[in-house]
Amino acid sequence: MITIALFGALAVTAVVAGALVFRVDSMARATFLLLLSFLAVAGLVLMTGLHYLGLVIVLMMIIEMVVMAVFMIMYMMNPAGLMPMSMFHNTRGSAVVAATTFVALAGGALLVDWPVRGGRPAPDLTMALGESLMGGQMLTMMTLGVTLFATIVGTVVLATGRGRYDRLGDELDAPESDDRDRGGVGR
Amino acid sequence: MTLQAFLVVAAALVSVGLFGALTQQSIVMVMMGLELLLNGVILAAAAFWYFLAPAGTEGQVLIVVVVTAMAIEMAAGFAVTTAIYRAKRIDMTDDAAELRG
Repeated sequence: MITIALFGALAVTAVVAGALVFRVDSMARATFLLLLSFLAVAGLVLMTGLHYLGLVIVLMMIIEMVVMAVFMIMYMMNPAGLMPMSMFHNTRGSAVVAATTFVALAGGALLVDWPVRGGRPAPDLTMALGESLMGGQMLTMMTLGVTLFATIVGTVVLATGRGRYDRLGDELDAPESDDRDRGGVGR
Repeated sequence: MTLQAFLVVAAALVSVGLFGALTQQSIVMVMMGLELLLNGVILAAAAFWYFLAPAGTEGQVLIVVVVTAMAIEMAAGFAVTTAIYRAKRIDMTDDAAELRG
């Protein structure tokens, strides 16, 4: 009984907070509502017994949303939510697409004849996950590692306003660096 | 607590995220919609693992993949936002229409 009540509370929190993200006037508030939705989903993941992954989601999402809040304030359309405003476009078409998606997914979830539960969870789930990632799922782990590294390189390149190739040419052999202001350390 | 209940909640999260990603004008808010969509995928993966195949670890590995994808999406999204804002002072999707077909 308590389990069902907890499930219901977390499920409603996750969906309602997620929907409110796009209803509030302030983007900072939207960030923290999204965090609330993530934490509710982490609670649901914890209820399935995945304690390690649930905690990883909690820790990661708190950090991610705090970082996101900083960027939100940088690119904020409506500082402090002081003015009521609309940040939407193509609302009707999107609503139709979203509603159709929900009906299709929920209908599939309810109508499909799911197989019965096969097997029992490993006694130590975290150990099983670690052995899997370092064993049979090593390729997945390596792909994730390479992708994360590519992300680091790509994001730094994208976010760099003016790098050494802008200052010293494609071959890095310009006699003088092309700077807007003279001075500083030359070559 | 059943598989169906979990999946309906996950479907709701995916739909709300999709609605947000399609409607929002701010690039950062589009990213929040995508994050919410992936949030639903995490819940569905956990539910599939718990209710259908708890003996294997594939469901857990899928959650690890999706969580990583969320981190990558946010990092790359903010880098693109920073780059386009620096180049053209744009932070709205409607203004970034050079590639409109």
